[in-house]
Amino acid sequence: MSRRKDNYETSRWAKFIRWVDGEIDPLEHGMEIRVPERTEQSETLQTELKLPGTDRTEISQISADRERAIQERHIVRGLRRFRVFYQFMSVVLCAAIIFVLLWTVASLPPFGNAGNPGNNEVSARYIEQGLQETGAVNIVTGMILDYRAFDTFGESCVLFIASCCVLVLLRIDAASRDEQTKKRMEEAAYDRLYEPKNDIILQKCACVLVPLIMIFGIYIILNGHLSPGGGFSGGAVLGAGLILYLNAFGFQKTERFFTEKVYRRVTLSALTFYCLAKSYSFFTGANHLESGIRLGTPGAILSSGLILPLNICVGLVVACTMYAFYTLFRKGGM
Amino acid sequence: MVQSLLLNLEETISVILFGIGFTMLLLHRNLIKKIMGMNIMDTAVYLFLAAKGYIYGKMVPIVADGIQDASAYINPVPSGLVLTGIVVSVSTTALMLALTIRLYERYASLDLDEILTRAREEEDV
Repeated sequence: MSRRKDNYETSRWAKFIRWVDGEIDPLEHGMEIRVPERTEQSETLQTELKLPGTDRTEISQISADRERAIQERHIVRGLRRFRVFYQFMSVVLCAAIIFVLLWTVASLPPFGNAGNPGNNEVSARYIEQGLQETGAVNIVTGMILDYRAFDTFGESCVLFIASCCVLVLLRIDAASRDEQTKKRMEEAAYDRLYEPKNDIILQKCACVLVPLIMIFGIYIILNGHLSPGGGFSGGAVLGAGLILYLNAFGFQKTERFFTEKVYRRVTLSALTFYCLAKSYSFFTGANHLESGIRLGTPGAILSSGLILPLNICVGLVVACTMYAFYTLFRKGGM
Repeated sequence: MVQSLLLNLEETISVILFGIGFTMLLLHRNLIKKIMGMNIMDTAVYLFLAAKGYIYGKMVPIVADGIQDASAYINPVPSGLVLTGIVVSVSTTALMLALTIRLYERYASLDLDEILTRAREEEDV
């Protein structure tokens, strides 16, 4: 005779057998969180009813318990009713919002028409004077890194601050003695112990792809003022290349050249350079990004004054931030 | 109304997408799905802005062959706005996901109601 395990009744096999026999529904516990609570309450109610109290105080105790249980049941029922009401009302609200927005869209000027009020003298000025004033062939880059450079500086700062917040939230500090941090540290160590290492297919693919991705990212950043692209898209491509490299070769390889110190230095120096370049333009009339550099011939790589260095700064910040996001989410540190 | 909606097909679709995202943000109790709804709303806004900047038969705003006439290119302003929007959306998504991870570690649940109930219980104690 085979031995049965001690916890046979609760094991998955027993549950499966019972399900095959049609005794229980396996989805019963997974579907709704509230249902088991209510059955427990009713069970306690029944047991209370079955046990007759001999003492008077006990009887009053039991009746008080029962009243409380009934009250709790009322609360649960009220919660569920509220939830149904909530869902109904939010569907109504969303339908109303869509309807109002559609109404607004219906009275918008037609799509793709050159005479729309959005295509006014602002965009005309950017297109007609942009090349002379900024030296950038790509008008969008000229716009965001020259006329509206302060706005782009704010964007880079938003990215930087977001990465700082994620760092605060997810970083695992070895010096901390907090219970939660200890638990997370153990989990991270466990994860790293069992993460796949030396995946030969991934490594060979990464050997071919990572240089190409990096070169492409650098090309996008350096050609930001000549062709579609710029600091943000190129930085994202660079960050993706770094993440691929990390996935193929592990943290030990990437830590040789990219640690938290490197991240801090690169982002802070890029942001400081940007900040100084923009601050200088406030002294020269805050019109657009002034610099002593000549604009050069439009179309050449070394043209359009400060746009190229600023694109490089933005690209570095974005690449570092993307990589930092990934490493922080993955293991809580760089 | 339907006629003008069909004239503005891109905007109509972006508005409907916005509504879907908003519904997800409001209806779902799961925090991850709320974040997804938020991202769908972001995407709808990009689509709307890009559609507003487009003009039929015009070129990308990159000066080619020295043509510098405003009637030759599409509107460059919405493109810049979309760029801003994408960056901010990436930042907020990362922040929300990080907060969700911490909440899940603390309460072992992604259900917003359950998290709120437990947080209130802890406050009472």
